[in-house]
Amino acid sequence: MMRADLALIYGWVPEGARVLDLACGDGTLLEALARDRKVSGYGLEIDPDGITACLEKGVNVIEQDLNRGLANFDDDAYDMIIMTQALQALRRPDLMLDEMLRVASEGIITFPNFAYWRHRVHLGIRGYMPVSKSLPHAWYDTPNIHLSTFNDFEHLCRQKGLIISDRAVGNGDHEGHWSSRWWPNLFGETAIFRISRGQGHEQARYRRELL
Amino acid sequence: MPTMLPADSVGLVTPQTAHFDEPLALACGKTLEAYDLVYETYGELNAERSNAVLICHALSGNHHAAGYHGKDDAKPGWWDAHIGPGKTIDTRRFFVIALNNLGGCHGSTGPCSTNPATGRPWGPTFPLMTVSDWVSSQARLADRLGIERFAAVVGGSLGGMQVLQWTLSYPERIANAVVIAATSRLSAQNIAFNEVARQAIRSDPDFHDGWYGEHDTLPKRGLKLARMVGHITYLSEHSMGAKFGRDLRSDALNFGYDVEFQVESYLRYQGDMFSTVFDANTYLLMTKALDYFDPAGAWDGDLAAALAPANCPFLVVSFSTDWRFAPARSRELVNALIRAGKPVSYVEIDSPHGHDAFLLPDPRYQAVFGGFMKRIARERNLEGR
Repeated sequence: MMRADLALIYGWVPEGARVLDLACGDGTLLEALARDRKVSGYGLEIDPDGITACLEKGVNVIEQDLNRGLANFDDDAYDMIIMTQALQALRRPDLMLDEMLRVASEGIITFPNFAYWRHRVHLGIRGYMPVSKSLPHAWYDTPNIHLSTFNDFEHLCRQKGLIISDRAVGNGDHEGHWSSRWWPNLFGETAIFRISRGQGHEQARYRRELL
Repeated sequence: MPTMLPADSVGLVTPQTAHFDEPLALACGKTLEAYDLVYETYGELNAERSNAVLICHALSGNHHAAGYHGKDDAKPGWWDAHIGPGKTIDTRRFFVIALNNLGGCHGSTGPCSTNPATGRPWGPTFPLMTVSDWVSSQARLADRLGIERFAAVVGGSLGGMQVLQWTLSYPERIANAVVIAATSRLSAQNIAFNEVARQAIRSDPDFHDGWYGEHDTLPKRGLKLARMVGHITYLSEHSMGAKFGRDLRSDALNFGYDVEFQVESYLRYQGDMFSTVFDANTYLLMTKALDYFDPAGAWDGDLAAALAPANCPFLVVSFSTDWRFAPARSRELVNALIRAGKPVSYVEIDSPHGHDAFLLPDPRYQAVFGGFMKRIARERNLEGR
């Protein structure tokens, strides 16, 4: 059984696509895509157990820290670039977005939505930093240093002139519930975006030099 | 050794020799009319002949990669940590072949062998070998053993270069490539270390331009120095520090040039041991093969272009404190493979042991390398054996 956000992404990747999966974990998604949709490409990961699991599955995995950028991947080398549940742990999520859309024309990104109502209850009513299924760490040891909301991310995409071609929410138990469809920023636990280059493209090429 | 062999050892092994009469044309322009290759095998070749793994050795390695030659052996083969039943290269699943390369001094035709044209030992006239020449001779050994395609070709350091050459010379004969602690070409610093080693040997008065055999001498001092320099580059600063620190052999300084520090004693001992068991002409030839290797050379330095023929999955492994063949060298290879769109996985193992780490057991190294080998076994239905 695939994680809910992965199952949705799986459906968004075209047959035969060249794919880069940033923070690919144990390689579940790439393995399924390679097996069923003739997708090829690489996963990037730094977790030792994830890397070993990829190798056992036959998924191409490169040990590489995303904070060091994607300089070893050529412009436009991939059809689709995927990053699930890692954006919030990066030092500069905005620069990573540029890098992603430099190496691929289209990307899929998922991250925990900080404005999810349960998180709001934690912070707004109880006065504690939220801890939930999607944000399981305490404030002092969390790797999630750049938390954002559904709205924040849309705002950043607009600023960068990127096109949001699809968006969805992952909601654990009640996925696709009417509430999260209408008010994703409030009822979506996981934000899922499908983005592509807009007028921001030239800017992306420039930004690469800054990394 | 052990009166009882360890349960995960391949046990007692006996080297075999394959003789070849078909001339082998070499990169240097010369031809070897006939030659012997000495090799060992571990495990059993399956009926489909789909489980063969070739082990390529490094600078001072040989065909004795695993197990014991006799019950009195002090140590097992050089890669025993990774070859055996239940080990990284699991001999219950794979049929493993390890050979001594041409030009070697452990039984395969080399400088110590007799040149049939003169009736004298080849000595310094033995042709310089290249990685590519070795791979051609290895392919002939595979023919002899009835192996059309290797499940994997595996090697560390200079051995890793041979693996890389396999993917270029015989892409249809290699199903998987494991390139460990290697590089697609030596750096200037690496060539410099090799040149110091060569000069140490060649300036030894007992070297006699390589004809020491005819003078009944051995250039032991030169070979010892060469090994001492090499040995330093195989260890990390940290591992040397941890092993010896500034420990003295006696309680006080002697104010002289005899051995005072433990590290001096260790290096001298290693050098002395090596100088009695290894042939100087072979050492020279092996360092040259290292220096010459550069598959991108014919492609204006474009490694990705040079890699075009390769088509099998690669596993590339480096070690964090290896400064002889640093992780950056492995990443160059990986990035070229990525650029060429080839299937590759890359792992950098955190190890304190420098270049030597590729020879040693390490939990993560074994998990990664073993995981890759398990996938190969699964795909080839070798698991139930």
